[in-house]
Amino acid sequence: MADTKYTYAVARIRALELALFSASSIEQLVACKDYKQCLQFLTEKGWGGADTPLDGDAILTRESQKTWEMIRELHVDMDAFDVLSYQKLFHNLKAAVKEICTSEVNAHIFFEDCEIGSKEMLRIISQRDYQALPVYMQEAAKEAYETLLRTRDGQLCDVIVDKAALEAISAAGKSSKVEIIKNYAESTVAIADIKIAYRCAKTGKSMDFMRRSLAKCGTLNLELLMKAATSGVDAVSDYLSQAGYQEAAEAMKESNSAFERWCDNKMVQTIQPQKYNPFTIGPLIAYVLARENEIKTVRIILTCKQNGLSDDSIRERVREMYV
Amino acid sequence: MSGIVWALLGAALAAILAGCGSAYGVGVAGQAASGVVTEDPSKFGKVLIMQLLPGTQGIYGLLIAFIALSKIGLMGGGGAAEVSMASGLSIFAACLPIAIVGLISAMHQGRTSVAAIGIIAKKPDQFGKAMLFPAMVETYAILALLISFLAINAIPLTM
Repeated sequence: MADTKYTYAVARIRALELALFSASSIEQLVACKDYKQCLQFLTEKGWGGADTPLDGDAILTRESQKTWEMIRELHVDMDAFDVLSYQKLFHNLKAAVKEICTSEVNAHIFFEDCEIGSKEMLRIISQRDYQALPVYMQEAAKEAYETLLRTRDGQLCDVIVDKAALEAISAAGKSSKVEIIKNYAESTVAIADIKIAYRCAKTGKSMDFMRRSLAKCGTLNLELLMKAATSGVDAVSDYLSQAGYQEAAEAMKESNSAFERWCDNKMVQTIQPQKYNPFTIGPLIAYVLARENEIKTVRIILTCKQNGLSDDSIRERVREMYV
Repeated sequence: MSGIVWALLGAALAAILAGCGSAYGVGVAGQAASGVVTEDPSKFGKVLIMQLLPGTQGIYGLLIAFIALSKIGLMGGGGAAEVSMASGLSIFAACLPIAIVGLISAMHQGRTSVAAIGIIAKKPDQFGKAMLFPAMVETYAILALLISFLAINAIPLTM
């Protein structure tokens, strides 16, 4: 009976889930005739804020902020949400290493809504103050910085940081007692590994490169996956069918966008059981992930509208919704 | 220990355990109800009913405690009756069904109410169906109440 400390928060989240976009809301958005009408639709649905300009990026950024403001308002243990920001943290690390090593300043490539924003990350890397980073980032930061300085190989730097991110997520999942965090970690690492294998198979990368990139996960045998990837996309697809990722195998055969859509849909499927869980922190984490998925889907639709893609092409890219 | 002490202990347990169960149930359902009302105050009436459902076990416990006290003459101002040890123990045993079932059923009913409040949060038109789930738990509290009530009434004060 000790699982009732999130009862208030979960009930509040249930009420908020009514405002999440369903498949029909997304269909309405796709049916808008242009980008401007899409923005109008979003503002009518309450997206953005009173002082948010009528601009896609501004509206989506505000929505992301609103999600975290809501979670903070619930006064729950925020440590449980840390794992969700690992990818942003490691992205910032990658961006800072590249900016310091190449002296190229790129505006707006950092995520500011995570533990270490652009200024602090740039300071840490420029002063090589790795101790200021969380423990799970220190080694990767040092290695990525030194590798990029020595080899000038940006892809290798990415591989080091991305693998460290996956390993950190996997470790957080294993050490967590919360079921959804375990499932989130497993799905994130498995999806990333499948993506890497798929891309490596397409670009003919070596076994050694894959060994450097793939992170261990419970549902995939990395040796078999790597062997399959060296043989081509069809072999990866065959291996995934045997490993219980039948849908991924089919999406891979269909198209690149179908495969990318499967990757996001898999995460939504991972969190779906939380819709029926009245206790624990699970529904709160699921809500954050659902909001991220929703914002990502809206971003895809807006970008497609800006680039004049047909409604059918947009539908092919639209992700499954949580509600 | 004389019989009256056992009878009194039974009455106290009926009130305490069933009351504690209801306090937990109403409390946890109240947290969920507050969460929903924070976002949508129009659902106040519906979630309030859900919150009250686990409160009945406390009332049943109180009722059995009253009957037991009345039986041994501690209510009504007539003074305590002579209660044999066997009768006291029998009254104690008769109070146990509502005490134990009241505690457990109220806790579970509270948790079921929380889940039902989740239904109301998302589908308020399904209020009737949502209310049935916690109401089912009530059955067992009523059965326990019935047994406690019949047993206490059937026990003579001297055996």
